[in-house]
Amino acid sequence: MKSLKTIAAGLALALGLSGAAHAGDPLKVGFIYVGPVGDLGWTYQHDQGRKAIEKAYGDKVETTYVESVPEGADAERVMTQMALSGAKLIFATSFGYMDAVQNVAKKFPNVKFEHATGYKRAPNVSTYSARFYEGRAVIGHIAGKMTKTNKIGYIASFPIPEVIRGINAAYLAAKKVNPDVQFKIVWVFTWFDPAKEADAANALIEQGVDVIMQHTDSPAAMTIAEKKGIYAFGQASDMKKFGPNARLTSIIDNWAPYYVQEVKAVMDGTWKSHDTWDGIKAGMVKIGEFSDKIPDDVKKSAQAIIDGIESGKLHPFTGPINKQDGTPWLKAGEVADDGTLAGMNFYVEGIEGKIPQ
Amino acid sequence: MDLSAISPAALIAALIAASTPILLAAIGELVVEKAGVLNLGVEGMMITGAIFGFAATVETGSPWLGLLAAMAGGAILSLIFAVLTQYFLSNQVATGLALTLFGLGFSALVGQGYTGIKPPAFPHLNIAALNDIPFWGRAFLSHDYLVYLSILLVFVVWYYLKYTRSGLILRAVGENHDAAHAIGYNVTRIRLLAVMFGGACAGLGGAYLSLIQVPQWTQGMTAGAGWIALALVVFASWKPWRVVLGAYIFGGVSILQLNLQAVGVNIPVAYLSMAPYIVTIVVLVIMSGDRTSAPASLGRVFHASN
Repeated sequence: MKSLKTIAAGLALALGLSGAAHAGDPLKVGFIYVGPVGDLGWTYQHDQGRKAIEKAYGDKVETTYVESVPEGADAERVMTQMALSGAKLIFATSFGYMDAVQNVAKKFPNVKFEHATGYKRAPNVSTYSARFYEGRAVIGHIAGKMTKTNKIGYIASFPIPEVIRGINAAYLAAKKVNPDVQFKIVWVFTWFDPAKEADAANALIEQGVDVIMQHTDSPAAMTIAEKKGIYAFGQASDMKKFGPNARLTSIIDNWAPYYVQEVKAVMDGTWKSHDTWDGIKAGMVKIGEFSDKIPDDVKKSAQAIIDGIESGKLHPFTGPINKQDGTPWLKAGEVADDGTLAGMNFYVEGIEGKIPQ
Repeated sequence: MDLSAISPAALIAALIAASTPILLAAIGELVVEKAGVLNLGVEGMMITGAIFGFAATVETGSPWLGLLAAMAGGAILSLIFAVLTQYFLSNQVATGLALTLFGLGFSALVGQGYTGIKPPAFPHLNIAALNDIPFWGRAFLSHDYLVYLSILLVFVVWYYLKYTRSGLILRAVGENHDAAHAIGYNVTRIRLLAVMFGGACAGLGGAYLSLIQVPQWTQGMTAGAGWIALALVVFASWKPWRVVLGAYIFGGVSILQLNLQAVGVNIPVAYLSMAPYIVTIVVLVIMSGDRTSAPASLGRVFHASN
């Protein structure tokens, strides 16, 4: 598939389709994905955003995508090809594309880039991300209430701030309602490898966890949770089909409104480099339907957290919070600032284990 | 940290399950390479087997028919490779790589309607008297049947290559195809059959992932297992039992490191993550000090006119 598209892109180039865009030509928008569009998780949700663009603007836009692009030199090549074949706006949807985006953006100052979950910007590079930690606080709360063994498993991908922030937010929320709760964290160093994710889930279950959270992209852990009769949460996508009994709720990434808005900005010529970090309030992070397995009082308290975050009254990182080594981080009532959250590289007090370096 | 929290029996059981897909694919590729053909399309054949096996199992309700379909899927895909390289004399490396890309895309296409479906459970060895034996029952005697089949398959391949006339001919073709041709063997046909056997085995390995290990269909779900299998054949010096050893060490260390993390062992995770690769390579490299080398005609194009 990938090679076919690459060939297609090359052909387009050879036929001279990449020449200066005429007024009235459709705006070409490119997407590069880290996994397959059929992962039913992270990449799937980004692709839903791409489809939303097509739906919103019809023949005024033309979207292309290349899936399963490794983070690194390949990403640079793919984006260069997209830019050469006339894309005016490119969405790079994985953290590890960060340096590749910077390099390609320098070569094509007239092409706009949008990089998901990164922090390096340029005049033609914007960054955007979602406050997934808000969702993590909600599922952490539910997990803390639902666990019988007081052990919660967490399948983590890479030790980047995004993932660490999620672990901390979930842990704080779980700890608050269940002081005995313990997090067992397994780092798999991949975003997408169903067999490895399944093995990690099995290893955690062997250690007595009865609720699993994941920060990887496939529904493998959900499938294992269903098979073993424990609970899990949908990640990035709803994943209900994979665990009708296991799934408690889900954190759903909703990129579509943002993508539609950014395409409009490019069409209108109002696009400017910016950093967007939206959460539950803006609808970028959604919480899926609650399962019947959750008792009513927990549904209520979880809904209260969602409402609190939405109204701005509640912040998942509100002091007093100490860092893992016991040094104070936030004073009572103090709320974490975005800078610290964006670069979070420490566990909060109570989490066992070390963050891989 | 409490190491006793890891149950050795559970660990062994998980290790065997995690190693089986690579083992199946690798033992097939071993036969292919013994016949002198280098097929880099293992990943593509595995993923094709994964979706064929999954789809057939879901449609018919029979995991056994699913396995047959997986083998057929892998074999048919490998037939494309065999025809291109053996009859049209295309470059084996390039054709193999193309086969992987094709398999990944093709399986995604076939699999469109199959995401989010739960396949029927695959039958396990379920004899109370055996399953209840302490340690042994859980570790070795309660697996799905495909695990036992994979070991049987290794035995058959080993016996075939070492003790049968036909196996000897296959090896001769791999060592020196011109000589084999000169004494009257049909090099092309033998290689064609070997490649199809490899495809069927890779297909089985893929089906193990989608029907047993995960069990679900997700696009691209082999995630590099085929490449591990390919590397394993080389590091195992083209010897069947070393492939088993290599696969189990690789699977074992992968599983062990996940379990060590789960109990909270204080070793930097980066070392744990690279451990499977390093340990497997070190062990097999040390073992291959005995001057075993690749089949002499491996990857070389054969045409009867040369």
